[in-house]
Amino acid sequence: MITAGIDMGAKYIKVLLLKDGEIVVKARESAGFEPLEAADNAFDNALSKAGLKRDDVNFICATGAGRSAVPFANDTVTEVSASARGTMHSHPSTRTVIEVGAEEGRAVKCDENGKVLDFAVNEKCAAGAGSFTEAMSRALEVPLEEFGKISLTSNKNIPMNAQCAVFAESEVVSLVHAKTPKADIAKAVHDAIASRIVSMVRRVGINKDVALIGGVSYNPGFVDSLNRGLEVEVIIPEDAEYVGALGAAIIAEERGK
Amino acid sequence: MKANYGYLDGSGEYFITIDTDLCIECDHHGCVDACPEKLFEIMIDDYDDEVSSIKEDHRKKIKYDCASCKPAGERPPLPCVEACTPGAITHSW
Amino acid sequence: MGEVAVKEFWRWKEYNWHDENKDWKGAATITAGVDVGSVSSQAVIMVDGELYAYSNMRTGSDSPDSARKAMNWALENTGMTLDDIHYVVGTGYGRVNVPFANRAITEIACHARGGNYMYGPTVRTILDMGGQDCKAIRCDERGKVTNFLMNDKCAAGTGRGMEVFADLLSVSIEDVGDMSLDVEEEPEPVSSTCVVFAKSEATSLLREGWSKKKVLAAYCSAMAHRVVSLLDRIDVEKDFAITGGIAKNSGVIKRLEDELKIKSLTSKYDTQIAGALGGALFAKSLVEKERKKGA
Repeated sequence: MITAGIDMGAKYIKVLLLKDGEIVVKARESAGFEPLEAADNAFDNALSKAGLKRDDVNFICATGAGRSAVPFANDTVTEVSASARGTMHSHPSTRTVIEVGAEEGRAVKCDENGKVLDFAVNEKCAAGAGSFTEAMSRALEVPLEEFGKISLTSNKNIPMNAQCAVFAESEVVSLVHAKTPKADIAKAVHDAIASRIVSMVRRVGINKDVALIGGVSYNPGFVDSLNRGLEVEVIIPEDAEYVGALGAAIIAEERGK
Repeated sequence: MKANYGYLDGSGEYFITIDTDLCIECDHHGCVDACPEKLFEIMIDDYDDEVSSIKEDHRKKIKYDCASCKPAGERPPLPCVEACTPGAITHSW
Repeated sequence: MGEVAVKEFWRWKEYNWHDENKDWKGAATITAGVDVGSVSSQAVIMVDGELYAYSNMRTGSDSPDSARKAMNWALENTGMTLDDIHYVVGTGYGRVNVPFANRAITEIACHARGGNYMYGPTVRTILDMGGQDCKAIRCDERGKVTNFLMNDKCAAGTGRGMEVFADLLSVSIEDVGDMSLDVEEEPEPVSSTCVVFAKSEATSLLREGWSKKKVLAAYCSAMAHRVVSLLDRIDVEKDFAITGGIAKNSGVIKRLEDELKIKSLTSKYDTQIAGALGGALFAKSLVEKERKKGA
C-alpha cells in the first residue's frame, strides 16, 4: 500500500510517500503566494523521484494550516495528531512532542500508542513561533542560518522586554545602537522565543521523552535555549520538518484500508 | 476602580482584573504569596490607595507566566483567586 | 528633530506652541506635565489651570534627554525657564526618567485627567492609541479613573502597527486615514490581528491587484475592530473621546464610531498632549495641596 502525507505549512509544503510503512521519498516546496500550486509541484516532484504516478498512491492525507484546501487529498488530519504519530514512528519513547513552525508552535502530550492526551498551541502571533527569529535575524542583518549559531557563542543573559515581533525589532535596533555584541543579542532573541515555547509546554506537562520537530528545530541556538528552559534535552528526529507529513502518511495507511 | 492587567493579541485576550474598591478592604494580601510565579505586588496607586497589582514586568507576559496554573487539561482552582478573600481578582481566560 | 536623509513615511510633524497673548509672570500656579512615551514625547505648561504652552516630538534613544528636549522646546520663546515652574509631573513609559519631575504618575490617571479637561466633564470613556500601546479608560465627571486597561504587549492597535503599514505602502502617515476612506466599497478587514501576518496578507492582496487605498481600508477596518474588543472589556459609556496619535487617523476613527454607534467628542487641543496635560493638572492639585499643608 502506498500513501502520501502532505503538510501544508505556512512557509513550506512538505510531502512524504510511504510504502508498506517504509519512507520512500520526501519533497519540499516553498508555499509562496500560491500554496496549492506549490502542493501540486511538491507532490509531482516526490512522485517522479520515486518513479511513481498519482494513480499509484492509494490514500492521501493532508495536514497543516492549509490542509482543507488541498483538492487531491482524500482526507485531512490535525497537526496535533500528525505530529504525535509521526514522532512515535521513529521514537516510541516520546511522551511530549514540541513542534515549532514558521507561524505556529504546539505542544502535544501523547501516550505509548501516539494517542493525543492534551495539547496547547501558540498561534496567530508572530512572537510565538519561527517568524519571530526570522524577523529578528533580519533586524540584526544576519542570515538566518548564522543567527542560531552565533547565539551559541554568547554567555550573557539579556532579557528582552518586548513580547511582540514588531516591538522586539525596535528593541534589537536599540541594543545595536548601544553597541551590544550581535552574539549577545542573538542569544537574547533565542532565549525569549524559547521561554514562550516552554510556557506553552508547561501547560501539557514536561513528560520525558520530549521530542522537538518542525522547521525551527534546525536552529541550534533555539534548541540550546529550549533545552535550558525545559531543563531537559530534547530529542530531534531525523528530518524533523517532515515528521508532520510522515504522521499524515501513517494515518493515511490506517484510513486507506 | 477596576484595573485590568494584560493584553489582547492575535492568539486571544488575557487579562487579570483587580477590583481595587474590594482590594482596599483586605489586610492580609494573600495573593502575593499564593502566586507560584510571584506576579502580584502591593503598591500605592495614583489616588494614594494601597492595593494589589500585577508587577509591571509581567503584564506583557501574563499568558506565559500564568501557564503553570492553567494546564491544557482539567484546571484546578487558581491559587490567587482562592487566596483573595474580598473576591477582587478575576481572570479573563 | 530628526537626522535621517531618507523620507520616512511613518514620521509625523513635530511642533511647539505657546499662547502669545498670555502674560505668565505673576501667576499663582505654573505647572508642567511631561509625557515620555516610547514613540513620542510631549511637554505641557499650564498657568493658573489654563493651557499655556506645549511641545510634541519624537522620543529619542535616551528618555531623560527626550524629557529635557520636550520641556525646553515648550519653553522656547516664552521667556519662562524651568525654575519658574512650581511643580512638574512626569508620566508615560519613561516617567521615572524625567529627572526634573517632582512626582511620577501613571499615564492612565494622567490621560483621564487630561481628557476631562480637553473634552469636558461629560466624558466617561477615553480611548488612547499611542505609539506602542492602546489604553481604554472609564472615568467619572472629575476625571478620576473607574476602570482601565492598557495593552502594550501587541503592536496591533498601536501607532507602530499603523506605521508598519504606511511604510509597506509608501504612504505618509498623515494621509493613511483619508486614503482609506476613499474606497467605493468597504473591503473585508484583514483577517490577521498580528501586524507581521497582516503585512504578509497585505502583500498578497497587492499582488492580487488590490489598490493601496483598498488595502489601507482593510487594515484600518481590522484595527478598528480590534480596538472595539478592547473597549468592550471596560464597557463603553457616553460621552466617548479619543486621544493620542491615532485620533488623527480618520480611517480608524470613522470605522470605530460606526461599529460602536457612538460619535467621539472633538477638542480644539492636539489629541497627543492629553497625557502631559493631565500631568500638569495633577501638578497643580499637588502644589496647591502642599501649599495648604505648609501654610
